[in-house]
Amino acid sequence: MPAVSKGDGMRGLAVFISDIRNCKSKEAEIKRINKELANIRSKFKGDKALDGYSKKKYVCKLLFIFLLGHDIDFGHMEAVNLLSSNKYTEKQIGYLFISVLVNSNSELIRLINNAIKNDLASRNPTFMCLALHCIANVGSREMGEAFAADIPRILVAGDSMDSVKQSAALCLLRLYKASPDLVPMGEWTARVVHLLNDQHMGVVTAAVSLITCLCKKNPDDFKTCISLAVSRLSRIVSSASTDLQDYTYYFVPAPWLSVKLLRLLQCYPPPEDAAVKGRLVECLETVLNKAQEPPKSKKVQHSNAKNAILFETISLIIHYDSEPNLLVRACNQLGQFLQHRETNLRYLALESMCTLASSEFSHEAVKTHIDTVINALKTERDVSVRQRAADLLYAMCDRSNAKQIVSEMLRYLETADYAIREEIVLKVAILAEKYAVDYSWYVDTILNLIRIAGDYVSEEVWYRVLQIVTNRDDVQGYAAKTVFEALQAPACHENMVKVGGYILGEFGNLIAGDPRSSPPVQFSLLHSKFHLCSVATRALLLSTYIKFINLFPETKATIQGVLRAGSQLRNADVELQQRAVEYLTLSSVASTDVLATVLEEMPPFPERESSILAKLKRKKGPGAGSALEDGRRDPSSHDINGGVEPTASTVSTPSPSADLLGLRAAPPPAAPPAPTGAGSLLVDVFSDGPAAQPSLGPTPEEAFLSELEPPAPESPMALLADPAPAADPGPEDIGPPIPEADELLNKFVCRNNGVLFENQLLQIGVKSEFRQNLGRMYLFYGNKTSVQFQNFSPTVVHPGDLQTQLAVQTKRVASQVDGGAQVQQVLNIECLRDFLTPPLLSVRFRYGGAPQSLTLKLPVTINKFFQPTEMAAQDFFQRWKQLSLPQQEAQKIFKANHPMDAEVTKAKLLGFGSALLDNVDPNPENFVGAGIIQTKALQVGCLLRLEPNAQAQMYRLTLRTSKEPVSRHLCELLAQQF
Amino acid sequence: MNSSFTEIYRQGKLRLQKWYVPLSDKEKKKITRELVQTVLARKPKMCSFLEWRDLKIVYKRYASLYFCCAIEDQDNELITLEIIHRYVELLDKYFGSVCELDIIFNFEKAYFILDEFLLGGEVQETSKKNVLKAIEQADLLQEPQEIES
Repeated sequence: MPAVSKGDGMRGLAVFISDIRNCKSKEAEIKRINKELANIRSKFKGDKALDGYSKKKYVCKLLFIFLLGHDIDFGHMEAVNLLSSNKYTEKQIGYLFISVLVNSNSELIRLINNAIKNDLASRNPTFMCLALHCIANVGSREMGEAFAADIPRILVAGDSMDSVKQSAALCLLRLYKASPDLVPMGEWTARVVHLLNDQHMGVVTAAVSLITCLCKKNPDDFKTCISLAVSRLSRIVSSASTDLQDYTYYFVPAPWLSVKLLRLLQCYPPPEDAAVKGRLVECLETVLNKAQEPPKSKKVQHSNAKNAILFETISLIIHYDSEPNLLVRACNQLGQFLQHRETNLRYLALESMCTLASSEFSHEAVKTHIDTVINALKTERDVSVRQRAADLLYAMCDRSNAKQIVSEMLRYLETADYAIREEIVLKVAILAEKYAVDYSWYVDTILNLIRIAGDYVSEEVWYRVLQIVTNRDDVQGYAAKTVFEALQAPACHENMVKVGGYILGEFGNLIAGDPRSSPPVQFSLLHSKFHLCSVATRALLLSTYIKFINLFPETKATIQGVLRAGSQLRNADVELQQRAVEYLTLSSVASTDVLATVLEEMPPFPERESSILAKLKRKKGPGAGSALEDGRRDPSSHDINGGVEPTASTVSTPSPSADLLGLRAAPPPAAPPAPTGAGSLLVDVFSDGPAAQPSLGPTPEEAFLSELEPPAPESPMALLADPAPAADPGPEDIGPPIPEADELLNKFVCRNNGVLFENQLLQIGVKSEFRQNLGRMYLFYGNKTSVQFQNFSPTVVHPGDLQTQLAVQTKRVASQVDGGAQVQQVLNIECLRDFLTPPLLSVRFRYGGAPQSLTLKLPVTINKFFQPTEMAAQDFFQRWKQLSLPQQEAQKIFKANHPMDAEVTKAKLLGFGSALLDNVDPNPENFVGAGIIQTKALQVGCLLRLEPNAQAQMYRLTLRTSKEPVSRHLCELLAQQF
Repeated sequence: MNSSFTEIYRQGKLRLQKWYVPLSDKEKKKITRELVQTVLARKPKMCSFLEWRDLKIVYKRYASLYFCCAIEDQDNELITLEIIHRYVELLDKYFGSVCELDIIFNFEKAYFILDEFLLGGEVQETSKKNVLKAIEQADLLQEPQEIES
């Protein structure tokens, strides 16, 4: 049976509600509702005009049905009719229906607005309030357009009743929030501010909300509210608990109003007027003092109301962030709450302390509570409280306590709720990076993260550890060792396999000396995980395998076996299949130096904001990372913890050098699939990684050690050792070329583009083109540091007679190169006559005050001026015979330093500059070529023949030219390439 | 205090809801479903506040009914808790020892009282006397009822 029904009980409604409640099933309920809907529909459509009471009753039933969750598509008109009833309860139900079932029918809206207009004009405060409630409840733009101009007038009219003012204030607030453009500011704003002085506490309560919202947009217009709010607050705070009669709530005077006033003050900086400020500080102190007084009631309502004001006071103190005394007192107060028996207070104290931690005045005070907070993390039974504790630990973390906090958070992670694991993982990752004193600790921490909560370690986190390891060579060996150990766990997370696969592929050589982690052991360890992994991980591992072939030639056979297996070559996944096919081909067709070049160690990543931080911000909304971004606490932390070392801009900017990288990565005809395929696949583990292609920087040493013979006696070294000073165009003497200058030069004999030199500071890229006896070369100098280079001056020097043989015209470059920037230098080259020694490139600059100088050989060799010549076999042999003088021929027999691959050889010969002539040599294994070297003074015809002997792994190279030194020189140059 | 919406329910049955932000019915239903699940899963003695999407939920249980408010990040949780309590007090005073059935059978009254207390999500009047005076005034205005035929 229905319970007490006060007022205008509607019996029919009560019966209907009882019926619904008695329904045993959902079906029965729907049946009953449909019956009622049919009934109401027929009543509304019936000929007999319904009286107000019946209309009200049926509208109320519809409302009830709607609130049960059913759709209602009629009755709006009857409800609108009720609005114009002069019976209060009918009007009230009409308004309720309209507010709940807002309808966008324009005809209806016109009628509704008319009814509201009438009620607003009625001067009956009860009707006016109903109309205002309806506007506030609907809050639509249409309502705003119709009434936004009227309501301010009602709000400040002298004769409006208090209750009308209250409703008008909040109604206006709602409209302003929905469509601020519709609410006209005007002289009423000043009068609204003065409502803060109103006698009626209810009016003040409503007005403060409106002012708080309006002043955010127009702080200056409402500035006077500060002193009014302070004096109002002061009166409330200092009043006795009974002064305010019905506005006292469980012995707390006007808690809602106090909180609202404190909120309003947070829209402004501390008051400028000293008297106002003094009074406010007094208020804040009073609130803090009262918190220490014994409670006037044991009821939770008393303490909640009192503490609501206290927390809002603390918010204001934090907002001002200018009163060290108050901040520390606030911190102490919150410290008491950290151990309060009320869960709610512990929660709020943790939350509030988070913001205190970022104030320089209270950061240290907050830190003293670390043990309590750690304890909360361990013992709180409510996950949301534990989460606050984790947030606070994150916020209070600095270098002094980072190790403790990180280890506690790691420990917590083992049992943490699933809902917050990912966030904890991100936080630990960020703290570990930011406060890492040594990077081995950082690596340990991240690997622990993966071990403990691998599923929650997002891509950002493990990408980041790879970026840092790649960029810091002091930690690479440690990382390889640690990850190798971690992989030995019988069940390790797939993310560990990814990190392990990547790190061993890059730096596995650093631990290969230890027999326990010899290359075959590394490989079989990784491969033991292979079959359990997802496609993405397996793809990454395949890349690791091809890197292993490069790093550890002894594993080549095993790995090729793996790649060749049907499960790889015919894998249903196209990515895996492609990788297997390409890597297998790459490993068999590419010579070791091509392989070494393609699979070069990854270049450093550019310095940038940690992607983890960005992710945490996304997760938590703006401000989440504020504690960290705040450099205040750790101004010195940037050098080590700024993250990564800067890198040459060549890899990250779309400058001409990006083009350069693209060019040199273009596949040589020899092994078309290899560099492109491998290049893109190798780096795609970093989808946002900067390097689209592996760098051609310093080739790993082992590749060259096997390739280079000791310097030949006739090598240009002899000449350069004794440069004629007179020939130097440079103003100062230049140093001898760096020891690797010849190696570097050799890399460019058969190609025109690439990285000429790279060290910690500087990268020099080359792009060049030659036609006839002319050439143009672009040199790109990239500053890899974050510090500006000064007095930067690259000059080209012609040792010996070179000046008469080769003219090199250089353009000046800027003498400053900013950190991370790149400058370009253009060289115009003219070959005057045949020459043997390349010009020298001398680069001098000051880095951090220390002079740096560097001498390289400019990659301009005589073969660059080759013009390929096609000729028939007959012509070739005829000319060959013509050049039969012993001094015209140079011949060299040498051992192959690279796999003997016909395609690669062809590509090199073409790169060398001569034409390749097919069907000339009776032996198809042999190569013959012809070309003319173009100089200004003369042309030198050249013929060459290369005879590989696969069984002996030897070559015989014969050059015949019309000039003896040219033959010898070309032969030397070319012999180094195979 | 900027409650986005207020709801009362038991066992997942919604007894009263009030929204202060414009949302489609579909969104409202989805939010309600999600929220009911979240709040009903909480154990007693747990904290009365929880983060939910970008809002904070403040809830309190009275007998079998959960009262629940969603507030914005900057809003004061404790005072919201007391908004709930004051509303329950108002219902209690009006109905005289309120129970769930009062809210079911006189749902419109529950809405009227809420409108007097909170408007547009903000506290309008905190005095119990003033709120109830407004409601009772309306009751006095009622006309003699006609008997339902």
